[in-house]
Amino acid sequence: MNNMKVLLNGIIKENPTFVLLLGMCPTLGTTSSAINGMSMGLATMAVLIVSNLIISLIKNFVPDMVRIPSYIVVIASLVTVLQMLIKAYAPDVDKSLGLFIPLIVVNCIILGRAEAFAAKNNPIASIFDGIGIGLGFTIALTCLGAARELLGTGAIFGQTLWGESYGMLMFVLAPGAFLALGYLIVVFNKIFKKA
Amino acid sequence: METVLSLILIIITAIFVNNVVLAQFLGICPFLGVSKNVSTASGMGGAVTAVLIVATAVTFAIQKLVLDVYDLGYLQTIAFILVIAALVQMIEIILKKSAPTLYQALGVFLPLITTNCCILGVAILVIQKDFNLWEGLIYAGSTGLGFLLAMVLFAGLREQLEMVNVPKSFAGVPIALITAGLLAMAFMGFSGVDGGLKILFGL
Repeated sequence: MNNMKVLLNGIIKENPTFVLLLGMCPTLGTTSSAINGMSMGLATMAVLIVSNLIISLIKNFVPDMVRIPSYIVVIASLVTVLQMLIKAYAPDVDKSLGLFIPLIVVNCIILGRAEAFAAKNNPIASIFDGIGIGLGFTIALTCLGAARELLGTGAIFGQTLWGESYGMLMFVLAPGAFLALGYLIVVFNKIFKKA
Repeated sequence: METVLSLILIIITAIFVNNVVLAQFLGICPFLGVSKNVSTASGMGGAVTAVLIVATAVTFAIQKLVLDVYDLGYLQTIAFILVIAALVQMIEIILKKSAPTLYQALGVFLPLITTNCCILGVAILVIQKDFNLWEGLIYAGSTGLGFLLAMVLFAGLREQLEMVNVPKSFAGVPIALITAGLLAMAFMGFSGVDGGLKILFGL
């Protein structure tokens, strides 16, 4: 499998949100606006690329028995570094994502890719897999955030398209997350799976 | 009296107003994954509630006795996730030896719980909200009950969904998500109850 194929695989065929349905908590919890969804997607992608690289490099030294705990330690350290960087350089993002930044540790996408891809492939391919899956996640979260923001407040990325008085506030609140994601998966199925 | 009332407020808020699944989006994976029938859903809910209480007690002790004392706050995420993973493994071993029937009922769910974000989430929230130990334990327990309630309600709805003809592209997860959305809408009816109770209790 060449690297381009690995990349596209993550965006469409194994899209973590629309196809594999992994990492649902941040998907639903942080997409009240397009920009929040995108920052969560990018933060997860950063952790995923580096963790894929490191795990692919250490895979031959780690005994099989303790591989899951050691992967978790690698991921948790990366998340801690990211958390400090975000707190220092982007305090606004830290405020809007809040609890969901430390929770990247328990995002099943990252441990899932470590186990399913990085532990079996070379470092270069693992980086591309991280970029592909990360992009798939970021695109999905941005779409979901944009849809919720547009329906809820009549704006996209903070740019008003129609007045806030026409928005359905419900879409920014909790029920809208479930509804919008449900309908987005239907649209994805219609386009890519011809269901 | 005032402490009792504030504990009651924490319980009602955690179960109904800020339901862990339907309002805070923690623990969505098991919520969607093991809610096909009511009995497995309630098993999962019970296991999560038990682990939540134990994990919160242990992580609270670690934060107050180790991390705060030696000024290691930045290690919170790593310390908590390792403690939770080890704890789940230990509970599994203890249950297997001492309560085989309970182990048979909960066994399959226990390994899944490590990566359930509501355990780590609640452990961090208890520290962030600056609860004391009792408030933290009550909060963890009622969060677990809220999870159990949401799971059982949702599993009941999904059992009914099995008998319905849904359009092909809606089948499976999409229709489940839309159902969850409607359930979340129903729970929105509780919003504001906490504020009202606060005034009623005079806190």
